[in-house]
Amino acid sequence: MMKPESRHFFSSPKGKTSFYRMLRNRFLTGLCIALSLLTLFPLISIVILVIRNGLPLISMNLFTQLSPAPGLEGGGFGNAIMGTLVMVCISLLLAVPLGILSAVYINEYAPVSPVSSAVRFVAKLLTGIPSIICGVFAFAAVVMTSQHFSAIAGGVALAILILPIILLTSEQALMGVSVSYREASYGVGATPFQTIWRIVLPDAMPAIMTGIMLAVSRAAGETAPVLFTALFSQNWITSVFEPTASLSVLIYNFASLPYAYHIKLAWSASLVLVTLVTLTNILAQMIFSPKQR
Amino acid sequence: MSNDYTSSEAHPIQVSHETARPYELSDVVPPSETNFIKVDDFRFFYGKKEVLHGINLEIPSRRVTSFIGPSGCGKSTLLRNFNRMNELIPGVRHEGDITIHGTSIFDPSVEVIALRRRIGMVFQKSNPFPMSIYGNIVYPLRIAGQGDRSMLDETVERCLRSAALWDEVKDRLHESALGLSGGQMQRLCIARAIASRPEILLMDEPCSALDPIATAKVEELIIELKRDFTIIIVTHNMHQASRVSELTAFFYLGNLVEFDETRKIFTNPSKLQTEEYITGRFG
Ligand SMILES: Nc1ncnc2c1ncn2[C@@H]1O[C@H](COP(=O)(O)OP(=O)(O)OP(=O)(O)O)[C@@H](O)[C@H]1O
Ligand SMILES: [Mg+2]
Repeated sequence: MMKPESRHFFSSPKGKTSFYRMLRNRFLTGLCIALSLLTLFPLISIVILVIRNGLPLISMNLFTQLSPAPGLEGGGFGNAIMGTLVMVCISLLLAVPLGILSAVYINEYAPVSPVSSAVRFVAKLLTGIPSIICGVFAFAAVVMTSQHFSAIAGGVALAILILPIILLTSEQALMGVSVSYREASYGVGATPFQTIWRIVLPDAMPAIMTGIMLAVSRAAGETAPVLFTALFSQNWITSVFEPTASLSVLIYNFASLPYAYHIKLAWSASLVLVTLVTLTNILAQMIFSPKQR
Repeated sequence: MSNDYTSSEAHPIQVSHETARPYELSDVVPPSETNFIKVDDFRFFYGKKEVLHGINLEIPSRRVTSFIGPSGCGKSTLLRNFNRMNELIPGVRHEGDITIHGTSIFDPSVEVIALRRRIGMVFQKSNPFPMSIYGNIVYPLRIAGQGDRSMLDETVERCLRSAALWDEVKDRLHESALGLSGGQMQRLCIARAIASRPEILLMDEPCSALDPIATAKVEELIIELKRDFTIIIVTHNMHQASRVSELTAFFYLGNLVEFDETRKIFTNPSKLQTEEYITGRFG
C-alpha cells in the first residue's frame, strides 16, 4: 500500500482549486447520468406498459389461431404474424439485391461518376421521406394498376422504405474494407469483378447483414406503408395477390374497436412485434458484430 | 528446347487468362539478361503534378536491385508502374515507356491482368487476406481458374518453403492468416506473391514494419529468391540495400541520380548527392 501523501506528483499547485475542480467534475458527471436516465425513461416505460398489458393473453393460441369476430373472445392473430413475415420477406427480396448491387456500383465501379453522386443523393433523401409516402406510391403503382390490395403491394411499399437503408449501410460497409486488401488482390492479377466478389464483399458482409437486420426491424414495425397497400384480412394468407393482415395494421385496427378482448389482442400484438424487432436487433449485434482484425 | 527467346513464341506477359502450362523462366530468359526491364525517358504525373522527370534505367534479370532516396522522391511511384498498379489511381498519366524483356508494358496487346500475374508485389504493410493461410496462397491461382486440388496443395508447400515459412505454419494451414505474427504475415505475403510463378518481384519497403529478427529472415529470403526472380526492392535502410542488393539506384526529387553496383554506390559514388545521402548528410 502506498502511503497517502499530502502533495504528490499529480496534485495541483493549490489545494483549493483542486477541490472546486473535483466538485465541478462530480456535478457534471451527476448531471450527465441524470440526463441519460431521462432519455431512457420513455423507452423503459413503453416496454413496461407493453409487457404489462400484452403478457396476460400470451399463449400458443395467439400464434396459431385467427382473430375472433368483433364482440367474441378467444383466438389470436397467427395470420397477422404470417402476413408481416411474408411482406418483410418480399421487401427483402426486392431491396437487398438492388441495394447491395447499387452500393457495389457506386463504391467500387464508379465512385466519382455523376450517376453515383445522384444515387447517393437520392438515397439520402429517401431515408428522410415519411413512410406514408412510400405507401401512397405503392398504392398508385401497384394497387391501382393491379386493382388489388395485396401482400405484393405491401412488400413493394416496404422495399421502397428500406432500400435506402440497405444501400447506404452497404456502401458504408464497402468503404470500410481496407484498401490494402484491394491492392493485394489487384497486385496478383485479379479483375475488379474477382476482387469485389472474392475479397471485398465477403469482408463487408457482416456490416451489410447488420444493415439488413436494421431494415428488417424497421419494415416489420411500419404501419403506414402497408395500411393501404396490403390492407387487412381476417383469414390466413393463401396468396401474395390478396389483401393481407399484418401485426402493425392489426394493432391499429383493434386498438380502436370498442371491444375489450380486441384491445387486449392489440396489446399482445404490440408485445409480439416489439419482441420480434428487439430480437432481430440483438441477433444482428451478436452474429454480425464486426470481427476483430 | 532452344534458347532462342526472340522467336515467334508469345511473350510471357501476353499470355492471357487461360492458364497455359506452368511457365518456366529458363525456357525463355537467359540467365541475367542485362536489360531485362528497361525504363525509357519515363515521366509520371499525378494529375498535373509531375513526380518522375524522365527516368532512364536498365535492370538486369535475376539480380536484386534496390531503390533508395529520400522520402517523396518517387521510388514507390516508379515501382508501382512496373505492374501498372498506379493505374488504379484516378487522374494519373505517364510519358515515355517501360519495356520488360523487349515488350512495352503499355502496349495495347498487353493485358494488365496477365502483366500483374507475371509480376509479384509485396507491400510495405503486410496485407494477407482475412482468410486461411492456405486460402491466401492459392488465391492467385484460383482467380486464374486453377482448381486442381493436388496442384494447389503442391503450390502452397512450394511457396511456403520458398518463403521460409513452411515449418512454422504447416500444421495450421487452414487457420486464419490474421493470427500470424507481423513477420510471418509479411513472409506469407511474399509466398502469395510468388504463387503464380512470376518472373519479377517488387517489394516496397517490405521490412519497415518488422523487428530486426523478422527483417533478417526476410533479407535472407530475398537473397535466396534472387536465383529465380528479378527483385526490385525499395528501402530506406542503407544497410539493407548493401546487404541484399547487387545494384542500387539512388533517386532524388523525381530524378535518377546514380545507378551502379551497390558496392560502388556505397564505397565510391560518383555523384556528390549520392555520397551526401549515403553518409547521412541529408535526406
Ligand atoms: N496518390 C497520389 N496522389 C498524388 N500525389 C501522390 C500520390 N502518391 C504519391 N504522390 C506524390 O508523388 C511523389 C512521390 O511519391 P512516392 O510515394 O513515389 O515517394 P517515395 O519515394 O516512395 O517516398 P517514401 O519513401 O516516403 O515512400 C510525392 O511527392 C508524393 O506526394
Ligand atoms: Mg514509398
